[in-house]
Amino acid sequence: MPSTFYSAPPHWHWLIVLYFFIGGLAGGCYFLAAVMDLFGGGRHRTVARLGYLVAFPAVVICGALLTLDLTRPERFWHMLLQSATWRPMFKAYSPMSVGAWALLAFGAFSLLSFLGARRETGQWAVLRPPRPLGILISVLGGFFGAFLAGYTGVLLSVTNRPIWADTSLLGLVFLVSGASTSAALLTLLGGSRVASADTGRALARFDRWMLVLELLALVALVASLGVVARAWLDAWGALFALGVVGVGILAPLVLYARTREAAAGHSALAPVLVLVGGLLLRVVVIFSAEGL
Amino acid sequence: MAQPMGFFTDTTICIGCKACEVACKEWNQLPATNGGRNTLSGDSYDNTRRLDGIHWRHVKFVEQFSQDRRQGRWLMMSDVCKHCVNAGCMEVCPTGAIIRTEFDTVVIQSDACNGCRDCISACPFGVIDINPVSGTAQKCTLCYDRLRVGMQPACSQACPTTSIMFGPIAELKKKAEARVDQLQKAGETGAHLYGADEKILGGLNSFYLLVDKPETYQLPPDPKMPSRNLKPSALWSALGAIVIGVASVISFRNRGSRDA
Repeated sequence: MPSTFYSAPPHWHWLIVLYFFIGGLAGGCYFLAAVMDLFGGGRHRTVARLGYLVAFPAVVICGALLTLDLTRPERFWHMLLQSATWRPMFKAYSPMSVGAWALLAFGAFSLLSFLGARRETGQWAVLRPPRPLGILISVLGGFFGAFLAGYTGVLLSVTNRPIWADTSLLGLVFLVSGASTSAALLTLLGGSRVASADTGRALARFDRWMLVLELLALVALVASLGVVARAWLDAWGALFALGVVGVGILAPLVLYARTREAAAGHSALAPVLVLVGGLLLRVVVIFSAEGL
Repeated sequence: MAQPMGFFTDTTICIGCKACEVACKEWNQLPATNGGRNTLSGDSYDNTRRLDGIHWRHVKFVEQFSQDRRQGRWLMMSDVCKHCVNAGCMEVCPTGAIIRTEFDTVVIQSDACNGCRDCISACPFGVIDINPVSGTAQKCTLCYDRLRVGMQPACSQACPTTSIMFGPIAELKKKAEARVDQLQKAGETGAHLYGADEKILGGLNSFYLLVDKPETYQLPPDPKMPSRNLKPSALWSALGAIVIGVASVISFRNRGSRDA
C-alpha cells in the first residue's frame, strides 16, 4: 500500500467542494473577461462585462465558504496576520498561505473591475480597459484569477492524502476545468442573442478546446496515479467516468459539434452539462480521498 | 536550544496496559470519547482505535491470529506524534500555529490555530485531528509544559515496563541500538528501528523498535514531505495557464471584419 494511505482525512466536505467550483468560475470568468477586453478590440464588451460582474460576487462567496469551513471561523484572519504579533503571515511553500493572499488580491482587483463594469461611461469607467488604469487592473486581476482557479489543485497535491498527493496534475486539471466551466457560464448568462453572435461562437469554440484539453489532462491524471488509480474502482470511479467524463465532457463535445453542423440555433444544454461536469469533478476528487 | 528530546518506544516490551493513554488524557485534560459515552470497536480489544484530537497516545493492538486461532501473535505499540525533524504539518500550516520548540519537538499552538485542517492531510502518520472542545487541531505536545520545568512527559513516566523511554535523542539512539543487538542475538531477527536515522523525514524524534515491517504496525513504509509535489504541480499548472491563455487570445482576439 502506498505511504499516502496511512494519513487521515481532513474533513473537507461540501463547503470546500463548492469553494473549488465557485473559485474556478470566479477566476475563470474574470480571466476570460480580461482577455476579451484586452485583445477583443471591443467586440466582446457585453460578455466581458458579464465576466467582471460574476467574478466579484463569486469571490465574496468563496471567502464566506472558506471562513465557514474553519472550525474557528472568527480566526479567519490568522491566515493573513500572525495572531500574536500582527505581522503579515506568509509562507511561499504553503499553497494555503499563498492562496489566502491570492484570494485577497483577486478580491481587490475583481471589486475594482466590478465597479468599472457597471456602466460604460462615468467616472468608474477608468477602471476598465481600454483605459490605461483599466488595462493594469485587468492584467493583474487576470493573473490572480488564473491563480485562484488552479492553486486549489496544487493545494490538494501538497498533502499526504491518497489520490491527491499521488499526482502532480490536479492543479492543471482544476485550471482547465475552471476555464471550460467559465466559458460555459458566460455562454449561459449571455443568452441566445450572444450565442448566435461573434462572442458566442468564440466562446463555444474556446469551450470545445478546453473540453478536449480537460479530457487529455484527466487521462494523464489517471495514468499518473499508477496503482493508486485502483482506489477509483468504486462508486466514485463510476461517477468520474460517467459524470465527469461522459456527462461533463463527451456529451457537450457532441452537442457543440452538432450545433456547429447545424450552423444555426443554439442549445443551452451543452454549457449546463459542462457546469455539472465541473462540479462533479471536484465532488469526486474531494470525497473519493476523504473516504480512504 | 536545549538538546533534542524525544521518545524511544520499544514495542517488544509493551504489554498494552494503556497507562500511557490514561496519563496523557489526565495531564492534558483531554475529554473521554463522545462526551463520556465510550464506544467499543467491536472487532478488537483496542477501543481507542486511532490517534486524533482527543487521543494523543494510542496503544495499537496488532492482533494476528490464524483462522482456527491455534496460531496467534499480539504486537503492541504505543503510538504518538513522531515529532518529525522535517514535519509535514508544520510545513503546510498557513497560520504559523505549528512551531518547533527548543527541544526540537513539534507543537500546535491552540490559540493561533483556526482549524483549516491542512495539517491533518499533511501528516503522513494520521496523527492530528480536531479536538471538538477547542475547535482546533491538536496532537501530542511531548508535554512541552512539563519539559519546560524539567519533568518528563506524563506517558513515559506512567509506563510500567519502560516501553516508552524519554530522553535526549542521542542517548535514546544508543539505547535503541543496544536493544536491537540484544534481540538479534536472542534470535528475534526481525528487530529493527523505525525512524531512528535520517531516512524517514530527516529522523523521527519519536522512534520505534519493531519486530515486523512497518505496515504491520500501520506505519507508512516511505513517508514523504507534502512539498515534494509543490514544484511539479506548480509547473504543470503554469504550463496549463499558458496554454489556456494562448487559446483564449486566439479565440477572442480582434481579427478585423473577418468572422470568428
